[in-house]
This record gives sequence, C-alpha cells and structure tokens, in this order.
Amino acid sequence: MRIELQKRANTSVLFSILSPLLALALTLIAGAIMFGLLGKSPLNSLYIYFVEPLLDVWSLHELAIKAAPLILIAVGLSVCFRSNNWNIGAEGQFTIGAITGSILPVLNPEWHSPLILPLMLVMGMIGGALYAGIPALLKTRFNTNEILTSLMLVYIAQLFLDWLVRGPWRDPQGYNFPQTKSFQPEAVLPEILDSGRAHLGIVFALIAALALWFMMRFMLKGFQVSVLGQSERAGRFAGFSATKMVWFSMLLSGALAGLAGISEVSGSIGHVQPVISPGYGFTAIIVAFLGRLNPLGIIASGFVLALTYLGGEAAQLSLGISDKVSRVFQGLILFFVLSCDTLIHYRIRLIFNPSSAQEGKS
Amino acid sequence: MTFEGVEASPLLSVRGLTKLFGSFAACDTIDLDIGHGEIHALLGENGAGKSTLVKMLFGVLQPSSGTVSLEGKPVVIPSPGEARRLGIGMVFQHFSLFEALTVAENIALSLDPRTPLAKIAEETASVSRAYGLPLDPSAHVADLSVGERQRIEIVRALLQNPKLIILDEPTSVLTPQEAERLFETLMRLKAEGRSVLYISHRLEEVQRICDRATVLRHGKVTGACDPRQETPASLARMMVGTEVAEVKRDSANALGDVLLQVNKVSVASRTPFAVALKDISLKVRAGEVLAIAGIAGNGQSELFDAISGEYPIADNDGIVLRGKPVGRLRINGRRLLGAGFVPEERHGHAAVSALSLSDNLLLARSRSDKKAFLAGGPLAIVKRDAILSAARRICSMMDVRKSGDDPTAGSLSGGNLQKFIVGRELDRQPSVLVVNQPTWGVDAGAASRIRQALVDLAKAGSAVIVISQDLDEIFEIATTIAVISDGRLSEPYPAGELTLEQIGLLMGGIHDSHSGEKSSGEDRAGMEAAHAH
Repeated sequence: MRIELQKRANTSVLFSILSPLLALALTLIAGAIMFGLLGKSPLNSLYIYFVEPLLDVWSLHELAIKAAPLILIAVGLSVCFRSNNWNIGAEGQFTIGAITGSILPVLNPEWHSPLILPLMLVMGMIGGALYAGIPALLKTRFNTNEILTSLMLVYIAQLFLDWLVRGPWRDPQGYNFPQTKSFQPEAVLPEILDSGRAHLGIVFALIAALALWFMMRFMLKGFQVSVLGQSERAGRFAGFSATKMVWFSMLLSGALAGLAGISEVSGSIGHVQPVISPGYGFTAIIVAFLGRLNPLGIIASGFVLALTYLGGEAAQLSLGISDKVSRVFQGLILFFVLSCDTLIHYRIRLIFNPSSAQEGKS
Repeated sequence: MTFEGVEASPLLSVRGLTKLFGSFAACDTIDLDIGHGEIHALLGENGAGKSTLVKMLFGVLQPSSGTVSLEGKPVVIPSPGEARRLGIGMVFQHFSLFEALTVAENIALSLDPRTPLAKIAEETASVSRAYGLPLDPSAHVADLSVGERQRIEIVRALLQNPKLIILDEPTSVLTPQEAERLFETLMRLKAEGRSVLYISHRLEEVQRICDRATVLRHGKVTGACDPRQETPASLARMMVGTEVAEVKRDSANALGDVLLQVNKVSVASRTPFAVALKDISLKVRAGEVLAIAGIAGNGQSELFDAISGEYPIADNDGIVLRGKPVGRLRINGRRLLGAGFVPEERHGHAAVSALSLSDNLLLARSRSDKKAFLAGGPLAIVKRDAILSAARRICSMMDVRKSGDDPTAGSLSGGNLQKFIVGRELDRQPSVLVVNQPTWGVDAGAASRIRQALVDLAKAGSAVIVISQDLDEIFEIATTIAVISDGRLSEPYPAGELTLEQIGLLMGGIHDSHSGEKSSGEDRAGMEAAHAH
C-alpha cells in the first residue's frame, strides 16, 4: 500500500481564501485538546491565551512590539519565498543587524546627536543585508543550498553576539552581567503613544509591508519576482536574471531583518544582551506563510503570531504551564496552514496494487 | 543470415498490436517478429510510435488490442516487473540512477532485496568483464561519464538474464568510442543467442549491426527488411514516406539583405543530455523562411538558445544580427535590435501557466516595449491597461479562443496558447523571427493559421527561421532548408531542389560524400571536447 497525492484538476477559490482561517480554527481545536490533556479547562485556557491579552491597553502595546519584528522580517521573506529563494536564516540577519546597529551607541556612549538614531538604523540594515549576502554569494557562485547555509549562519551570529556581550562589549560597571551599557536617550527608538511602550518599529513594519505590497502588485520588479519564482526558464526567456534575483531578494530580506534587529534592541531592550529574540526570525516564516506571502496578509498574520507569544506569557503566569506552549502553538499553525494548502491542491489516494507491490520485491 | 530457420517459432511475435489514446492510434495493428539471436532495428521518425510500441512490450503501457507471444506462447505483460520475469530487459534513453549511490547499490535496487550487496558487486564485476563493459561496482554514479552510466543500465538488465534486451536510442548520448564499445557488447549478446531490439534513427548504425529492421511511420509498419540489403536512401524513404508533400510556394519572395548570420558556432553541451553544437553556420535574408529540419534532440534547442541569447556564446562575432555582432548579447539586447523568439516549450518557457495572458505578454516584451508598457521611470510601474489592450489586439489578430477577458495561460488549449505566443512576437513586427517547433502539439486549424502568419511575415520583408520536425510543414513554408543532425547543420538547400529522401538521409546523419569521412573525424574531436568534464 502506498499513499499518493493526486493533483486536483480545479482548486477551490473559496477554500484558498478560507485556508488560513481554517488553519487557525484547527489550531484552536488542537490547542483545546492539548490543554485538556494537561488537566486544565480547555475553554478557560484558550480565553486566557488568546483573548485576555487583547483586553488591556498595555498589552495591546506589547502586541505591537512583538508584531513589529515579525511583520518586518516576514514581508522580506515573502519576496524571497515568492522568488523561490529560501532564506531560513532571518534570525541570524536579525542578530547581526542588532549588533552592527549597536556599534555607535556602544562605542560612543557620550555621542548625543539626533543623527545617531538614523545612522544606527541604516547600519543595522546594512549589517543584516551583508549577512544575508553570504548565502547569496555561496548560492550564485558555488550553487550551494541557501536553506542550509542561511540556517547555519544563524548559530554563528548568535554565538558571536554571546561572545561580544560577555567579552569586548560588556559594561565594566555592569556587575559582571553579560550586557552592554544602556543606550543613551538619543539612541533609543521613540515610543509612538504615551499610553504604552510600543515604539516606531511597528510603523517601520507597516511602511515596509505597504511598500512591498505596492512593489509586488504594480511594479515590474514584483513581476520579475513572481516569474522567476514560478519558472526560472521563463524568466531567462524574459531576460530576467535569476542570479540578480537571488541577490535582490536575499539582500532585501536581510536588510529588513537587520532593521527589525536594531529596532528591537534600540526600542524594546535598550542595550545589547546575549538573547535578544524569542525566535522572531523563525516565527516570521510562519507569519509569511499564514499571510499567504502577501504583504497585507502578513500584517494580519503578524499580529496573530504575536498573540501566541503574549498568550504564552499569560499562560505561564495564570495557568502555570511552560511558555514553550507558545512554540507548540506556532508549530501547530504552520502545520495546519501547510496541510490545508496541500489538501486544497491535492487529494490523498491510498493505492493498493498487488502487481506493483510484487514488482518492488522482484 | 542468422535470423531464419534456426528456431521453429521466433522469440517474440507481435500481431495486430494497437494502442489508442482517445481516438488517436499511436500504434496501429503492428506486426513484428524477432528471432533468437537477432539484432532487430526499430526505425522511425519522432512520433512514429516507436516508444509506444516498446513501452507495451516492457509492460509500461497496456495495448488496446492485439497479441504478444514469447516463444510461441501468448503472454500478457502487466508491469515492467512481469516483463523482466518473462526475460525482457530494457535500457531507457534517459537513465534512472541515483547519483549519490554506488554502481552496486543502484543495481541492488532493481534486484531481490535479500541478495547481499557483496554478491551483487561480485556479479556486477563478473558480468561487466564478460561483456566488455568495464565498470567499478564501488564507484559513485555521480563520478561516472554518460557512457559508463549506460553500462550500469545494461549490466542491470543483463543480471536478470534476459532473452530480449530493448535499447532505446542507446547511441544518442554516447561518444563515437563509447558507441563502438556498445556495438561489441551487442555482438557478444547476439553470439550467446540473446535478441536485441534496437531503436534508432541513425541509418549507418542500423546497417552496420542490425540483422533485420522494422520501419514505423504514423503508428503503422511501413516496411520490414534486411537493412544490409537496402540503401540508406531506401531506408530513409520508408521512414519519411514516399508521398510527395504538396509544396505551396508562391513566386519566390525577392530576397533582401542578410538579417541574421551565424558563423561557425560551436557550443559545448551544458548538461549530460544536451547536444553540443558543432561548427554551425547559417544565413537568413529578408524575405526568406529558413527551415531547420531534424529529429528531436539533435541540437535544436541548443541552437535556439544560442540564437536567442538565452545562453549567450563566447564568440561575439559568432552571431550577427542586422549587421551587429551579438554573440555575447543577452536576449533583450537582441530583441531591441528587432529580433523575436518563440521557444518550443510553451509552459514554463515561452509562458508561465499560472499567469494571465497580459502578464505573459509583458514577459516577452517588458524591455522591448518599455515605453508602451511601463511608467514611472526607475519605479517601472506596469501599465495594466496598455498591456491588456495589446493582449486583446493580439488575441483578435490571431483568433485566440479563450474564456474570459484575461484568462491564465494554462487555461488555454495548446493551439490557442501557441497562437498567442506567436502573435505576441508578430505584433512587434520583428525583422528577424526565430521559431522552434511552431506547431508542435497544435491542432490543424491553429497550425495552418500560424504557418500562414510566418509566411506573411517573410513576405513583408522579415527573415524567419523555423526549426521543425514536421517535414510537411517545412515543405509548405520554407524557401530554404537545412538539416540538423547530432549538433551539426547541413548546407542550406533551396526548398525546391530537396527531396524527402534527401532530407531523410541528412536527418539520419548521412551527409554528402564530400563531408563523409572527414566529418566523422571532426565529430569525434567535438564530442570528446564536450564530454571532457
């Protein structure tokens, strides 16, 4: 017996639109079962996890803080994925962006100029882009697989950050804590409202999403992305360069991940420390797919995934369960999104065929 | 003659074998006998039904009607596994090997899983020695040449001790030396009393090694003969048919300047299955339709890639477009000089199936029609309306039948999509148009519309190159004909002076006497260069 995926002749337009919502519903059902097995009331747990964080103004601010890097990274990744370049290392580009962006405030803590913040942001973007340029170079030069190289570079970036804040960048007056001095006020990303901590990061994210939506929808560049992503040969016929597209999409997504990194360090943390991200770079992959690789969809899915982080914190406090639950929910969402999409395009067939089974033995 | 009288019943006997795809008969009441210890050639053009026939013999396809008998007993062959058990082995043209595994591991995959690997390695080594097929069982497939990979397939088939081995175009991927080796192996198999069904369109080879030949044309057997008693010309006639195509040429167009010229271009093959181009020269004048005939896989796509600039060539002067050397220029640069291109493969090359017709219009013309289709300078904003109306204009000009205003390319039938793709270029009034297989897989109505459009374009003073396998089409529209075979292009002949028989000979790789011996020597050098990885 074997299981075969058979392509459907027609894919349902209705279900392609409903697919993300269906995936969310299935995630909630699976989550309820999981809470039940943990011995908690499923409904109450889901309420605490997914609804309570939306009821307070301060937690809405937290939601925006967590959604900002997710959206920024995911819109960049959506361009990558649409062009058939699989940048899995946004977490590393985020980390390097945070480091290069922090060079100015860490090395010049006494420089009080309004110029410092824009320079930090630009340097963060350059750092992220250059770091994403490594897998791009390896792919275009040596035909290496960017999935592997970009992923491996994540661990290099994280260990480099760890070494930096425990070694050369450690604050001498910091009681031996592995972190840098707090940034000077001019180097901190300003808050947008008086009511909470949400900073300019979310504004950058929305601007980036709108800009890339415009590019994909109206510009020749967006057309090139989708042609090369669907058929490199047709792209070559059109005179579009697949090599240039590798560079464009990797540098763009790296720059946005780097911007997310420096915004996170400058806006939410205020200094550099060994761990600066709860896995935004990886969660953004889920955000990108849940948003159907559409920048506007990604804005919505970014907030949904941000909620799983907040809910995880709330569940830890009120229900006494591990915050790893948020990882479980993120995994469930990705699993259900991908399976819904697969089932929209394919039907499953079980094949019992004695003659072909025999052939395998012969 | 070894094929007659030795055994009472032939090894394989096929009677009235027919395979219908819908109402189309790919094989039509085919009779075929293969004797013991006989090398039997199966000849025919592309689409003659050779592959369908051998797929039925190997159990990949099931016949619609007719019988197959092995040594006098009727058999049903439901699967390749059953075919192997009956003693039929097959070596496909494109190999099914795992590059990361060793030779022995690849062979083990098709054998009884209980056989230990060491034993397989041992048998592989002994069989390969016995048949003169040197092969190291522990070598990784990735490190092997194409010829060595083919040996794995042959050894794999031999290990099952077959009575009949089917070889599908075995020499099409081999260097002349490797082919020589293969022929020796075939002779050894024959000496052991095994039979070989040898599919090829190379007449020289067939005459050299085959005892009998069956010729297919349009799914029917058109001849059964002893190839050594025939001349290449008579074999070719059986292959391409003797009926005279209706040549419809108006009073010859007045030929103008040379618009496209290719000067002695040689290109090494990019992949193991690609064909290297050897010393190709051609010239097309305004008002001329140059048809390049040839059987698929003889370098047509590679020639198209070089002329279109999808894969530019090293020698800038190798291709001259309207007086400018363009060898190193890419496709859009050549489009800007007034050239248009229609590749063979519609889906995923000429068009992206999931994109709309208007997007597919932009695909080919984003650079050449920049002013009309793009706005906003460096932002390059796509002007939807302009493109949509151009797409509508093309659809009405070429009578493209479609559902909805701007459907996806994938939703159109092959013929209608092809009309759109050809119309997309004609709409620009290109001064040079290069079309690869203009009517491949296209219904008759669309085909005649496309041919008419190509003839009209030449009449209006453009130079047209048509690469085609369809000889009827070539005689209908060509003013000049050249034949491509094994990456080499023949002299051009005025269409009126060339007979079907001569084309058949050229397609079979037999060039005129003046290039006979010499060219096979060059051939060798060229192939070696191409295969020296």
